[in-house]
Amino acid sequence: MTRRPVDSGVPDRLYTVTGGRSRTQDTTFDLVTIVVGEAEPALGMQSEHIRILRLCGRHPTSLVELSSHLGLPVGVVKILLADLLAAGRISARHPRSAAPGAELLPPAETLKKVLRALQNL
Amino acid sequence: MHSRTSDLPADPGPWAGGAGRPGPAGRPPGPGWPPNPGPPLRQTAADGLKIAVVGGFGAGKTTLVGAISEIPPLSTEETMSSAGVGIDDPATSGAGTKFRTTVAFDFGRITLDEERVLYVFGAPGQERFWFLWDRLFSGTMGAVVLVDTRRITDSWYAIDRLEHLGVPFIVARNNFGPPGHSLEELRDALALPPGIPLVDCDARKRHSAKRVLVTLVDHLLTFATDRETLR
Ligand SMILES: Nc1nc2c(ncn2[C@@H]2O[C@H](COP(=O)(O)OP(=O)(O)OP(=O)(O)O)[C@@H](O)[C@H]2O)c(=O)[nH]1
Ligand SMILES: [Mg+2]
Repeated sequence: MTRRPVDSGVPDRLYTVTGGRSRTQDTTFDLVTIVVGEAEPALGMQSEHIRILRLCGRHPTSLVELSSHLGLPVGVVKILLADLLAAGRISARHPRSAAPGAELLPPAETLKKVLRALQNL
Repeated sequence: MHSRTSDLPADPGPWAGGAGRPGPAGRPPGPGWPPNPGPPLRQTAADGLKIAVVGGFGAGKTTLVGAISEIPPLSTEETMSSAGVGIDDPATSGAGTKFRTTVAFDFGRITLDEERVLYVFGAPGQERFWFLWDRLFSGTMGAVVLVDTRRITDSWYAIDRLEHLGVPFIVARNNFGPPGHSLEELRDALALPPGIPLVDCDARKRHSAKRVLVTLVDHLLTFATDRETLR
């Protein structure tokens, strides 16, 4: 919740983590994309990649939860995940709402299921 | 699931529980720390749904998320440079005036069925946040505007932005004490159209938080049903 100059320490660290890239090529990653590890972490890999593979190797984990557990901004995690996806080390389950041509609202059938699940909480 | 390699340093991860992880600000591990991280996602989880709870500072967003979530609320942040925020025009300002803006938000989750999992985001309603909407919250099915009646004006901006974005929403009044006004008076003060549900809530109570979300999804269902009968 703070504004800070670009040249403070934190952005420098993020710059290093992402190898200087500031934007992900793969824009299909959503906040709630569910990530599944498909490979073992290996020695020699970037430590953030290893941490991600450890987190999502055990259980599917959403991008936003990865971001929180890693203590890295969402955009940085998107870049790291795009690397791992390109290398075939993870798979990604994108939300239906992010599918091309998806409407703003889910179909009534889906909303009924959501409603029922919430009522049963 | 694959097994772990043993030649890498151990990292217990958020679901390992027990001792070993450092406490906040150097607090040593002990009873109650680390907090129970809640259940992991199901192996079959495949479709994440989003709901946003927006409101002014201290309106009770985190409390509401925590009351209904199956995991303790987590937080994270997104950063953006000044170009994306539109504060500085790079053509007219020197490099020294560039700013990086960070917006923090928190979230919880509710597993709905084998496949679907609902994420509920608590997000600050102030101006800066809305620049991130498209990047982070596109695909959000609906929103709850949480109103602290001691600071009604905080909600005006959020309502305005949601109307502009075309995101369906309801309004929930979080009562920090006995309400001094009727809901109809609040509806007038917010200039809220009659079709938008307005409910009372106590963000600390699970049943109340649940009722807020049920009211929202019921509202969304009306839209979706209308849309489908018009086809
Ligand atoms: N009496 C009462 N207190 C509440 C209620 N909801 C929240 N609080 C308290 O109000 C304070 C602020 O609540 P938060 O949930 O942190 O509010 P927030 O909107 O997340 O605040 P920020 O993230 O700082 O903007 C906390 O101390 C809560 O315990 C309520 O319904 N009644
Ligand atoms: Mg909060």
